[in-house]
Order: sequence, then C-alpha cells, then structure tokens
Amino acid sequence: MTVRGQLTRRNLVLAAVVVVLLALPSLATAFFVNFVMTQTLILGLAAATIVFLAKYAGMTSLAQFLLFGVAGFMFGNAALEAGARGLNLGWDAWAAVGFAIVVTTVVAFVLGAIASRTTGIYFLMLTLVYAVIGYFVFAQIVEISGPGGITSIQRPELLGPPVRLYYAGLLLSVLAYLGFRSLGRTAFGLALQGVRDDPIRMASLGFNVALHRTLAFTLAGFVVGLGGLLNVWWNGQIDPASISIGPTLILLIIAVIGGISSFEGAWLGAFVYVLVFTYLRDLPLIDRIGITEARFNTVIGVIVLAIMVLSPEGLTGIIHRLRGRLERPAAAAADTSTGGPLPLRKTEKEFGGTRP
Amino acid sequence: MEPVGIDQHRPSTTTARSRRVEPRRLPVLVAAAAAVALAVWVTFLADGTPAGPATENPGKFVVTALDAVTFAGLLFVAASGFTLIFGLMRTVNMAHGSLFLLAAYIAIRVQEAMVGRSRNIDPADVAVLDWLVPLLVGAGVAAALGLVIQQVFLQWNEGQELRQALMTLAITVVLADQMLREFGGLAQRMVWPGAVTHFLSVMGERYAVTRLFMLGVAVLVGVLLWLWLTRTSMGMVIRAGVDDRQMVRALGINIRLVFAITFFVGSFLAGVGGVLGASFAGAAPGTDGSWLLNALVVVIIGGLGSLKGAAAGSLLYGAVVAFSPAYLPSQYSYYAIIMTFALLALVLAVRPYGLFGRPA
Repeated sequence: MTVRGQLTRRNLVLAAVVVVLLALPSLATAFFVNFVMTQTLILGLAAATIVFLAKYAGMTSLAQFLLFGVAGFMFGNAALEAGARGLNLGWDAWAAVGFAIVVTTVVAFVLGAIASRTTGIYFLMLTLVYAVIGYFVFAQIVEISGPGGITSIQRPELLGPPVRLYYAGLLLSVLAYLGFRSLGRTAFGLALQGVRDDPIRMASLGFNVALHRTLAFTLAGFVVGLGGLLNVWWNGQIDPASISIGPTLILLIIAVIGGISSFEGAWLGAFVYVLVFTYLRDLPLIDRIGITEARFNTVIGVIVLAIMVLSPEGLTGIIHRLRGRLERPAAAAADTSTGGPLPLRKTEKEFGGTRP
Repeated sequence: MEPVGIDQHRPSTTTARSRRVEPRRLPVLVAAAAAVALAVWVTFLADGTPAGPATENPGKFVVTALDAVTFAGLLFVAASGFTLIFGLMRTVNMAHGSLFLLAAYIAIRVQEAMVGRSRNIDPADVAVLDWLVPLLVGAGVAAALGLVIQQVFLQWNEGQELRQALMTLAITVVLADQMLREFGGLAQRMVWPGAVTHFLSVMGERYAVTRLFMLGVAVLVGVLLWLWLTRTSMGMVIRAGVDDRQMVRALGINIRLVFAITFFVGSFLAGVGGVLGASFAGAAPGTDGSWLLNALVVVIIGGLGSLKGAAAGSLLYGAVVAFSPAYLPSQYSYYAIIMTFALLALVLAVRPYGLFGRPA
C-alpha cells in the first residue's frame, strides 16, 4: 500500500492522538498521567489481546487476565531477593523480565493448544474455567504467590521515574496496535480469519486449524504478558485476589465497552473504565442517589448491560452509527478505502451452515 | 458465501469425525493409561497420603467414594439447570451462579424467620418443613428472577450467543454487588433439618447422614427431571427443540412459551442447588462465582445440553474433588486444583465437545 493510501482520516486522527499522548506529561497533572493514563494504557494493552482473538480468530477469551497475572507473579518470584515472599530467586531485573515473558508465553501455548478445537461460546466458557482455576492455583500454592501476595516489587532502573513507565506503556500500546492491525494483512492473519469463518474449508485446503488458533492464543499471551509486567511495576505488588473472577470480568467488560471488534476500542474502553473508576466518587450528588464507591460494580454492570442492549459493537459501534447518520454517503466511501481486515462474519447461524 | 441448508449439517459433522479418528487414538490411550495408573495408585501405592492405600485402609476409601458421590449429587442439581437451558436455547446463562446464591440467601432468611432465631440455630429445632419451605421459597424466587431475566434481556436476541453470555455476565456483576449490599459479606449457613442430622458408622468411620440426604434430594430431582423430559408432552417438545428448533417452530408449537418454561425450570434447579449448597457448605460472596465454575466444569466435561452428560460430568468431577485431597501425598494436597485442570484437559483432548456433547 502506498503512503498516500495510509493517509485516511482514521489514521490521521490516531496519529494526532499519539502526538497528544506524547506531549501529555507536560500538559496534564502528574496524577492524571501517572495514575489515569498509565493505567489506561496497561489495561488497554491487555484488552487489545481480547479484541485480537475475538476479531481475527473468533475466540472470546477470558483467560487474558490470568496470563496478565502469570507474568506479574513470575517477575515477582524471579526478581526479588531473600527475605521477601515467593521463590526469591533474586535474579537481575531483565533476566526476570525474560523469564516472566517466556513462562507466560509457554502457559499461553499450552492453554491455547487444549482449547484449540473449540470456538465461540465453548471457548468463552473454557477460558472462564482457566481463569478461575488459575486463580485457585495462585491462591492455594503459596510457594509461588506468597501468602497474601508478593509485595515491594521494584521496577528496573531504566523505568525508575513514573513518567517513564507511562512512556513504556505508550510505546508498547502503539506497537501492539500497529502490529495487530498489520497482522490482519499477513498470510498468517488472513489464514486465521479464514479459520474463523469456515474451519472445515480451511482444513480441507490444507491449513492446520488447531495450530493457527494455538499460535494466535500464544501471541496474545505474549502481548498480554508485556502488559502484565507493566502492571506489576505500576502496582509494586501482586496478590491472588487481583486475578480473581472480578478483575477477569472487568477486562472483558473493558473490551466490550469499547467494542469487541475494534482495536481502538480496547484503549477507549480502558479509558472510560478508569475515568469512571477514578472520578465517579467526585461527581456532585452521586451519593444522594445511593451510588457510592461501594456500589461501583453495580454502575459498571449496568453500563455494560446498557451497551449490550443498545449496541453489541460497544462505544465504537455507537460512534460509527452516529457518524453514519450524520454523513451517510461519505462514510460509506471511507469505509471501503481504509483497507482494514476482512469484515467480521455475521454471528447468525440459525440455519446451520458448514461449521462444525 | 457458503452453501446453506439444513441438511448440510449432518454430513459435514460425520466427515469431520471420520477425518479426526486417526490422531484421536493417542489421547484415548493416554486417558486410559492415566485412569489405570490412578486406580493402581489409589489401591496399592498411596503411602504417605492422608488416606493411605485402599487395600490397607478400606474405610477411608469407602468414605472418600461416598464423598465423591454425594458431592456429585449437588453438582448435578446445580449443573442440570444450566445444561437444560443451553440445550434448548443455546443460551449460556452466566447468571446461573447468581441465582444459586440468591436462592441460598433467601432460604436462609426464610428459615431464620420460621425458626424465630437469627443465629446459632440448633438442628434439633429445625423440623423438616422448616427446611423444605425455605427451599421452595428460595428456589421459587430464583426461578421468578430467571424468568424476568429471560423475558427482558434474552428473549429478543435469541441466537446471538456471545451477546447473551455477556449480558448475563453483566447481570452477574450487578447481582453480586446488590447481594453484598443486602446480605453482607459474612458467610451464612442454612441448617439441615434435625431429623437427618446424625452420623452413621461406615466401616469404622463416622459419616454424616446429611450428605446422604443431599444425595437423596439430588437423585429425586434427577428422576423427576427425567420423567418430565421423557414422559410428558412438554418434555417431548423440549427434546425435539434440543434436536432442531426450526422444525419444532415450523410444526406450529409456541416455542417462546417452551423457552420461558425451560428457563423457569432451569433457574428453579439453580435455586434448589443453591439451598442444598448453603446447607452443605454455607453461602458467602464468591459462592456465585465458584458454583458457576462448578457448573461450567461439569457441562464442559459432560457435554453441553445433555442431561446424561451432566450426570457423568458430575460423577467424574465429584470424584476428582473428593479423591485428590485424600490421595495426593500430604505435602502436595494444595495441588488438588491442578487435578481438576488435568481432568478437563484429558477429556477435551479425547472429546472436544465433552463426553456426551455434539458440535453445535
């Protein structure tokens, strides 16, 4: 594709967003950058892997937050020295990073291989089971999680100041976004979308369906592992409760708020979630109507329910629809020229079709 | 984009199956070898475990086996509603655990009101009715709420499986939060009726009659469900609907009504499971999530939408839950949860859609 072909309005807007984000530390307060935006980037990165699997492979995964936690726990075990909780291997910080990423990727490969013959709703349920079993593994085997979690985890020196962590999150987010988007046009990405649409046809064409799904899950595990490292550096600690079923659902909810088939939506959803989470308590009169901090989950649940009732495509879907209503002819032309990945197949399968 | 026809369905699945026969042999062998190895371990070798080898300590073995079967009964009650709803409507009701917990809380409240004390209820004060009425009230409320959820949120977007699953997940989040507000964060317990709160002597080991009573209730539920599905015209329609919804609809049957009734019954079963579970192990925040997990594991092992599968899955999973803490070496008892995962991986490697499942 030519440079000119890339100059669509969508890409220009995204480039502008990245420029604003680069300049943000000198524009906004330290709290906004280091708390709100860093968290947004970390959660967005994790949610983007859910979007990647759902969009290209038709697999809605609830196991991403588990892998997120595995990376954090492995770093904590490897990097801390004696006296702390966990295995206390006391390795160099970057060796610990490598260890955490390798373990997370291997775990993702194994889990993906077991789940590789299922898709859709079966995959969702199986990954929910993974998530809960993973939580129990970390909650019960205290050798690798320390009773009550691993605390006082230090960042590598390179990322010492909080603002560098923000930039690390931004860099990884941009790389993941560009990588996932361009993956859709590679041979692997196209085969993956073929597997999503018609696994039997792809199998008879000689593609290894299970292997494609496993590799996609492994790649998503690798990326979410990077996010998990950022998260454990940002938090400074990790405990089993932080990967229990509640946070697991929150990550899926983030992907759903943004729209489960749009990569931008992952970060948009994370931003909305963190904003609500951070500033809800500050709204005037909010505790008068019974919504206090303690009822936060109810608010989030109702928001998700409303979004699913109104538009299963999430906020991005709502934005697209509004834009379509404002400028219908122009939007139709723009959609064909973006050169994005193949359109998602409709989920209707009332009359069977050839899928197993 | 692809040839669409109802009769395309069957041939494609059979070809898929015969194509996969060859690579399946290895997983089947592995599964068989694992089963034999586990049997040998439990019978002869399990030294240094809390229970000891079955040949040396048969009492412990019998008690563990009874634990497995009685827990499987509870699992079956909890999972049968889930699998019934999925089998007919293809709806994965992620709110199943919430209905389970809600029924438990309400039954506890009703029982407290009936006995007239809110704490330290003595089993001797609890007549059979003081247990049975709360059971019916709790399960009834769960069933009514389930019906409301189905009518408001699930009826109009039938067939959109993921959307429905996500909606019920959101409902779970809301319900869990509201139950925490209403019933507090402390664990509460339902009290078994005094008539069954005894101990039996089984080969030198004490065994609680309440667990056998629980199994009895589960068997009763299973038999009633089976009679309903196989001996009534409504059950006939449901079984036909599981096989082919479009055809049932084309025959002029009001499938909307059948859906509503099925969802009502499925939610009622979740409620019965919740009351049994609250009597067995108590109710607390988080119980909803762990019982959603239990129901999911059972139906993934047994196969979604199959009552036979739910029974088989309950027995297998119940056996793993009961045997692994007793027969793992003492210092590794914490690793029992990994055995659940191993069971799941093994079953899925042999049959990706569960023991009795069929591709959707």
